[in-house]
This record gives sequence, C-alpha cells and structure tokens, in this order.
Amino acid sequence: MMSVLLDVENLWVKFPSRHGVFDAVRGVSFTLGRERLGIVGESGSGKSMTGRAILRLIRPPGIVEADHINLEGVNLLDKTEKEMRDVRGQRISMVMQDPKFSLNPVMTIGDQIIEAYRLHSKASKAEAYKKSLEMLEAVSIRDPERVMRAYPHEMSGGMGQRIMIAMMLIPNPQILIADEPTSALDVSVQRQVLDIMDKLVKDRGMGLIFISHDLNLVADFCDRVLIMYAGRIVEVCDAEKLHAAKHPYTRGLLNSLPRLDAPRDRLEVLQRDPAWSEAPSVSGRV
Amino acid sequence: MKMLEVQDLNVWFGGGRDRVDAVKHASFDVAQGESFGLVGESGSGKSTILRAITGLAPDWSGKIMVEGQAIGHKRPRTFFKTVQMVFQDPYASLHPRHSVDQVLGETLQLHGFKDIDARVVKLLDDVGLGQKFRFRYPHQLSGGQRQRVAIARALAPEPDLLLLDEPTSALDVSVQAEILNLLADLRTEHNLTYVMVSHDLSVVGHMCDRLAVMKDGEIVEVLDVDVLRHLNAEHPYSRQLLEASL
Ligand SMILES: Nc1ncnc2c1ncn2[C@@H]1O[C@H](COP(=O)(O)OP(=O)(O)O)[C@@H](O)[C@H]1O
Ligand SMILES: Nc1ncnc2c1ncn2[C@@H]1O[C@H](COP(=O)(O)OP(=O)(O)O)[C@@H](O)[C@H]1O
Ligand SMILES: [Mg+2]
Ligand SMILES: [Mg+2]
Repeated sequence: MMSVLLDVENLWVKFPSRHGVFDAVRGVSFTLGRERLGIVGESGSGKSMTGRAILRLIRPPGIVEADHINLEGVNLLDKTEKEMRDVRGQRISMVMQDPKFSLNPVMTIGDQIIEAYRLHSKASKAEAYKKSLEMLEAVSIRDPERVMRAYPHEMSGGMGQRIMIAMMLIPNPQILIADEPTSALDVSVQRQVLDIMDKLVKDRGMGLIFISHDLNLVADFCDRVLIMYAGRIVEVCDAEKLHAAKHPYTRGLLNSLPRLDAPRDRLEVLQRDPAWSEAPSVSGRV
Repeated sequence: MKMLEVQDLNVWFGGGRDRVDAVKHASFDVAQGESFGLVGESGSGKSTILRAITGLAPDWSGKIMVEGQAIGHKRPRTFFKTVQMVFQDPYASLHPRHSVDQVLGETLQLHGFKDIDARVVKLLDDVGLGQKFRFRYPHQLSGGQRQRVAIARALAPEPDLLLLDEPTSALDVSVQAEILNLLADLRTEHNLTYVMVSHDLSVVGHMCDRLAVMKDGEIVEVLDVDVLRHLNAEHPYSRQLLEASL
C-alpha cells in the first residue's frame, strides 16, 4: 500500500455573508500519497479553496471545517497559527494560481529568491546569488542575470510562474500544492516545469496536488484525478482512464475541447444538470 | 484583396542592456475574410505583433498595411472603424465601474453613431447576451459573459478586421466552446477577417485557415491548418509544438 502523506476527511470551506453562507467546498474527502494527484474542474468549482484550506490559508470571513486534515497522522486543524507557519515554510509548499500576486512588486526578483534561500540555509550572499541563478536555470529561465535584476511586473506570466516554482522548491517540501502552475506557460516550457515536478515526486518521494482546468494535461501528467463540480467531487479516476470518464460533467468538458485530429464545425456546449451539484461528494480516498 | 500585410516588422521595448527585441523581421499577410492564427511560446512576440498593429507598441519599424493602406505611427480614429482588438483577460479589459450599457454606448458615441440605443440592443443580441445584461457591471458577469461584452465592444464600430489575443485562454473549456462558436458565427455574419493569437494549437486549428509559428520574436513558419492536421509542419519548432499538443 502506498504510504499516505495527507488525509483529508469531510472538508468544508464556508463563506458567511449577509445573504447566508456560501459553501465553496462541500464535504470533500481524499488522500494523497507519494503521487501526482490532479484536481480538475471549471473555475469556481472549489479547486483553489481546497488547496488553500489544507494550508489553512482561507482568509476571514472564510471558515475551514473538516473531520481532519492529517499530515502524516497529525491533524493540521489542531495546530497553532505559529506551528502552521512552519508547516507552510518547510513541509507543504504552494504555488499560487497568479504568481504576480505572490511576488513582492517592489523588490527585484533576485532579492526575493536570495531572501527565500537564505531563510532556509546559512549561505552567504554570494553563495545565495549563485544558487538563485542555478534555480532559475533549473526552471528554464534563459537569461537569469537579467531576470534577477527585474521586477515582477516586467515578467510574463510564464516567467513569473517559473520563478514561483523555483522559490517553492527551495525548502525541499514533502508536499507541493501547485495551483494551475503551468496554465500560463507554453507547451514546451510546460513540459519542462512538469518534468521538474515529476522528478521531485519520483526522486524525493514528494506528494503533488496538481490543480488544473486542463483535462488533457492532467490525464497525461497525473496518477489520479479528482473531478470537482460546485464544491464537490463528482468523479474520481485513474488519470490514464480520464478520457473514458463516465460522469456527464466530465464527458461534457472533454467533448467541448477542439481537437486537431478530429475537426468539427461547431464545438459541443456543456448542458448542465442541477442533479450534478446535489449528489453527495465522491470519496477520493485510496 | 489583402486585408492585412505585415512586412519586415520589428518591434522593441526599452533601451540599453535591457532592450527587448520582441518582434524581429516578421512578415505575413491575411486575405480579406480569412482567419489567420499566430502561435508560439509565451514571450515569442505574438501579442506584440497585434499591439504594434493597433498602435499599442510605439517602437516599431517595417511596414504594416491594412486594406492596402500603409499605416503610420499615429492611428487616426477612422483606423479603429476598420481594426479592433479583443484581449485575453476579460477581467482587466473592462472598466469595473462602467455598466455594459456605458461600455457599449460610449464606444458607439466615440465612433460617431447616432442610433446608439438600437445599436446597443443589437450588439447584445449579436453576442448572445440579450437585454437583461445591459445594465450590469463587470463584477456581476462571469468570465465568459465579460468576454462577450468585450467582443460586443470590438464589434461596435463595425470593423472588418478583428485582432483576437488569446480570447479564450482565461476561460473554462466549456465557456471556450461557446465563445469559439460565437466567434465563428460572427465571422460569417459580419464578413470579418480574424487574426487570432493562441498558445493552443488545437484552438487555432479549429478557428483558422492558416497560421504563423513564432519563436523568439521571429516567424519560423507560415502554414495551412490542413498541413498542420496532417502533422506535416516543416520547421523543427513547429513539429515540437505539434507533438506537445497531441
Ligand atoms: N472571499 C470569498 N467570499 C465568497 N466566496 C468566495 C470567496 N473566495 C472564493 N469564493 C468562491 O468560492 C468558490 C470556489 O472558488 P475557487 O476554489 O477559487 O474555485 P476554482 O479554483 O475551482 O476556480 C467560487 O464560487 C468563488 O466565487
Ligand atoms: N511593455 C513591455 N516592456 C518590456 N518588454 C515587453 C513589454 N511587452 C512585452 N515585452 C517583452 O516582449 C516579448 C514578447 O512579448 P509578447 O508579445 O507579450 O509575447 P507573447 O504574446 O507571444 O506571449 C517578451 O520578451 C516580453 O517580455
Ligand atoms: Mg482556482
Ligand atoms: Mg501574449
């Protein structure tokens, strides 16, 4: 049996407001081993909130509730905020969907990577600079010296995302939660970033939660996939069997994609069924 | 007739050691009524080509001709009655405090139309939104609805050429399908010419007749979508893109 790194049971994310409570995530359960676990679904289906809830990064008034969120048997919900900061810094890293918001806009990229690096090692400034260049090269940034001098707004989305990945890998985390990490990247660079993450799973036994709206990519890259709709998991399958998925929602998403090898005049449009959001969440536990 | 001709276009940003040559010696042309794709990795200069055409990238050299007329560095207002652009991010491209009615009304006014009311109604119908969206604000719209408003705004001056910069990249595939269907219908109904940027080869394959493949600011290959479908791209980089998208 694959060892379980993370065990999430009955996770809810709630946003109270004057008009009542909005449930962004509704009773989701899954486990993560040393594997690549994909979470797919349309925007608003609760993918990011699921990822953030694990790290208790839901901003008030949002509330996280769960029977447990166990990291190697220890419930993260019982930890103090200070203990959670260590978890976030050392054990679980998250690459956010929009890298521009995660980087400090008034600090050069170089200074940010160097600072992140020196937080985790006692390296000298010169050493840290050298390491930072290496890290940028590792995520296929072509002109690392120019990038070190640049500010986040001068970077394309793809560059920003690769810089974020480089920074997240500095502490050597056990779990990486990557929220749409390659959505802004072109296919060739996407491949390189995926290879970097793949290597971390294989070589270091890292667990990866790979959040994406790209079904083909997840089918290709992940081991297992959770398909989310309206805050719930509607289907769980092996990634290689995603194209044979059964749920009409998953099928509808797959069929709406244009295909080079199968040209059509019109693309199929998803017909939503209210029953999809009423059915109880499917368990993603192994 | 040629709708658009681009010859030996160079576009750059900044100067000194931080100068970026974003587009280098790009040449292509697009026939009237054609749908032409621009693909390539992020940073390869696709958006910059569109921005140079619309006057949003000031430093350029070479020749840009629209409907047979060379355009200079200043675009007269009449230029935008011929050429309009739709941007990737429907969140950023609409003013947060302007209602749909204001967005479309002001655009129509700017272009000297008189029957604004009737035109707003027609535009909303054309993009499949209908009248119930007329007085909404951007935050009351989904991503797909916002992109429909952005398309309606681009259609307002009755342009002949639409420059589409990743119009569906920020959208869900289910919404992408709706917007691509809409764009295909609009092209037929309004006899439009498209230049469409995408990083997604299958989207360009679906929407376009021909495409240019860009890498590091240069066009490395111009080919027919049919050739692409039969996996016959010549340039190694095009082949790499193709393999990655199958
Ligand atoms: N601060 C908030 N207040 C209320 N609702 C929110 C807030 N943040 C997110 N949501 C809602 O939670 C739902 C899930 O969001 P999210 O997890 O970001 O979706 P995804 O990542 O799948 O696109 C969405 O409907 C979103 O509008
Ligand atoms: N305003 C700008 N200032 C400096 N460099 C820019 C600017 N806009 C684009 N660039 C650079 O020009 C190159 C091409 O960018 P762009 O045309 O946006 O690429 P694409 O649309 O193919 O992703 C990139 O290297 C980008 O960083
Ligand atoms: Mg998200
Ligand atoms: Mg672009």
